[in-house]
Amino acid sequence: MYKLSACCSMSCGISLPPKMILASLRGHKQGNGRCTNVPRNVNLEKLQNNYLFPEISKRELQHLEKYPNAKVISLGIGDTTEPIPEQISLSMANYAHALSTAEGYRGYGAEQGNQVLRKAIAETFYKDVAIKDTEVFVSDGAQCDISRLQLLLGSKVTIAVQDPSFPAYIDSSVIIGQAGDFQDKTGKYQNIEYMQLGPQNNFFPNLTITPRTDIIFFCSPNNPTGHAATRKQLQQLVEFARDNGSIIIFDSAYATYVSDDSPKSIFEIPGAKEVAIEISSFSKFAGFTGVRLGWTVVPEELLFSGGFPVIHDFNRIVCTCFNGASNISQAGGLACLSSEGFQAIRAVIDYYKENARILVDTFASLGLEVYGGVNAPYVWVHFPGSKSWNVFAEILEKTHIITVPGSGFGPGGAEYIRISAFGRRERIIEASWRLEKLFSMGKSPLLTV
Amino acid sequence: MSLANNLSTSMISSSSSAFLAPTSFNARTRSVSVPLKSLNIVKCVATPQEQQIAYKTKVSRNANIAKLQAGYLFPEVARRRAAHLLKYPNAQVISLGIGDTTEPIPDVITSAMAKRSHALSTLEGYSGYGAEQGEKAVRAALASTFYGNLGIEEEDIFVSDGAKCDISRLQVVFGSNVTMAVQDPSYPAYVDSSVIMGQTGQFQKDVEKYANIEYMRCTPENGFFPDLSTVARTDIIFFCSPNNPTGAAATREQLTRLVQFAKDNGSIIVYDSAYALYMSDENPRSIFEIPGAKEVAIETASFSKYAGFTGVRLGWTVVPKQLLFSDGFPVAKDFNRIVCTCFNGASNISQAGGLACLSPEGLEAMQEVIGFYKENTKIIVETFNSLGFKVYGGQNAPYVWVHFPGRNSWDVFSEILEKTHIVTTPGSGFGPGGEGFIRVSAFGHRENVLEACRRFKQLYN
Repeated sequence: MYKLSACCSMSCGISLPPKMILASLRGHKQGNGRCTNVPRNVNLEKLQNNYLFPEISKRELQHLEKYPNAKVISLGIGDTTEPIPEQISLSMANYAHALSTAEGYRGYGAEQGNQVLRKAIAETFYKDVAIKDTEVFVSDGAQCDISRLQLLLGSKVTIAVQDPSFPAYIDSSVIIGQAGDFQDKTGKYQNIEYMQLGPQNNFFPNLTITPRTDIIFFCSPNNPTGHAATRKQLQQLVEFARDNGSIIIFDSAYATYVSDDSPKSIFEIPGAKEVAIEISSFSKFAGFTGVRLGWTVVPEELLFSGGFPVIHDFNRIVCTCFNGASNISQAGGLACLSSEGFQAIRAVIDYYKENARILVDTFASLGLEVYGGVNAPYVWVHFPGSKSWNVFAEILEKTHIITVPGSGFGPGGAEYIRISAFGRRERIIEASWRLEKLFSMGKSPLLTV
Repeated sequence: MSLANNLSTSMISSSSSAFLAPTSFNARTRSVSVPLKSLNIVKCVATPQEQQIAYKTKVSRNANIAKLQAGYLFPEVARRRAAHLLKYPNAQVISLGIGDTTEPIPDVITSAMAKRSHALSTLEGYSGYGAEQGEKAVRAALASTFYGNLGIEEEDIFVSDGAKCDISRLQVVFGSNVTMAVQDPSYPAYVDSSVIMGQTGQFQKDVEKYANIEYMRCTPENGFFPDLSTVARTDIIFFCSPNNPTGAAATREQLTRLVQFAKDNGSIIVYDSAYALYMSDENPRSIFEIPGAKEVAIETASFSKYAGFTGVRLGWTVVPKQLLFSDGFPVAKDFNRIVCTCFNGASNISQAGGLACLSPEGLEAMQEVIGFYKENTKIIVETFNSLGFKVYGGQNAPYVWVHFPGRNSWDVFSEILEKTHIVTTPGSGFGPGGEGFIRVSAFGHRENVLEACRRFKQLYN
């Protein structure tokens, strides 16, 4: 290490990639001020665009500026809309009040989560598959856990993702340094294995042609396609992981939306404990998108190649890089898992599922290829031959409905649009009506293919 | 209030006793991979039969995590406390170790959180995902409360679930190819997160330091401010003031030198101001009080020790728009990207509490609680002074840094625990510069602090 005596001059050349627009930094003048000598993280340079969902928000804002009186309906970002059942918010309010009393005050909680809550999660969701409370780590949500898992795994592992998939798996992989460079030609990062999903393979990857990677991210019920993997499919996946010595990171955030007998946890599959981690969330389950609560299961049986238990390293990450989920949120979580709480939440989930059914019916009746919407709150609509950002823009312009373009989830989503079923019933119905108007009688150029 | 009873905090995490230092696992892992025919040789290691043929994945362990020497410091202290309680089940253990707040949160703050909770059950009051950077009102209140005349704006502030989490998110922003400097001793999360991120080399047992980290020694001799003329250039400089664990608060003059040092070297200071409101003297509370700091510094802060939010989880990080990487790219843009991708915002209920903290009534209430802990600190300082110890800190921070010259700090920790049933924190847990010191934290009920001081007097008279 050496001492530098001069910092860079005022005229450090800035050439921001044109795609990197960030409204909150308006007013920053290029070339103004002094630069440090700290190099930018090359991994962050590799990211192609802003994270998908803030981009969607930005488009919504731009649209509202253009049409200030438009009644925009947001079926884009999967954000819950229905109030949290009263007994749950009441327990959070009570917990908050208790923090003002000597008997009720609590300071730091265990980083792994409140023991009673861990137990309740194990008993509610993993009763029949013998996951222990000590294997459950309570968090502030699956998105955060995904990144903590990446910190755990480090930059030298290889990953596979479904294509399309929830963008945080890929983006966090790029950030941590696993992904290699983005290849414009294919729309893929060099080192990531994209397991294509589509109607042609029943939305389950063809594992016989999938190369080995260390980690396999697998979300079921799937965001964005809505497909829930069958027991047979998951057995194949677990076998594939076992044969390859890989670790599955199974995202079960939408498990409570399953309508049929598709597995709700990877641990329903024998042998999964030795090859899988499961992440989940209270967000879509209980409307906790703002309250922030989730969990990750790391079985004791899951071992690195040298025999070291993965759970020990995850615990270390949790103790060092995190300080536990909010105790008030955890109180809410516990209330969610009481029998009355769970029942009340079920009613809200059913409400969203009915929304999904309405949307599926709408698209089906228009003769469009529609998938999902049965086991997940997402409807996945195919517009063959189209570019999804164009479809997104057309729908937004003509009906003031926000959706999400499928290519935001990977090249496998290129011709698709994701419509989320979270919303007030009247708005879902209104949205359906507007979409019918747009697509019926061949009015939309999108249907001319 | 059965829920409150059920949700008893365990400082002793349920898993802490199971998670021993990696070295204690080496024997087990070796025996797991030993071929069956050589089992006789390693019979001395008790390994369950099924473990010996346990399935292993082919995923290599992250070599960076393997570099870590032991568990994170505070779970270790908790483990020792738990072990002590097993030994002496009737002991009235007093915890002056982990800096955990003990006094109830003022009503004005919890009422706001309760109100927000209730509102989530109504159509008008329900909110889903919040902005990842934090609710606008909170960001604005933070800007005006703490950075009013300093030219830091709402959009420079990112609300979080706490400084510890922000430290790791900052490390993710910086990546593995930067070098860093820390004060020695320092809050262990800086070093540990650096190791995890891959910025360091191996731990060097002879000097008790990780290779590739610049440790800036802070001692009574140098007034707990490093001699910058002997410090090598690093990309990042972690600096905590008022300091955990030494309690030292850097003066305006010292911080001016630090900012100049960073400017000369093109470095970025990550300034941890979590204890700023404990300042008694006229020292700067924010790095941004120093001219030019906006181009070289990030500041992180927390509601934990101000509002007793250690369990509620709320903090913030300031990344000025003027702070640029060497190619001119604004650091705030990358931090924003990390916040949007690796995080999903602090809890909306916690943020409602934070907003209440920053109301005039809330600020007054917080000052009262801070004043309470400061009085505790005074009592502890006086006790150790009266016993003839060299005592540092305690004036500008809720930590008292007591010197035990020539002694091993874990030994002193154990002696104090064994003889007085008081949990402290051994100085070496904060780095080699902490050897020979004990950190006594001033968070506790008044009667416990007084009782602890009685016991200290008994032990050391």
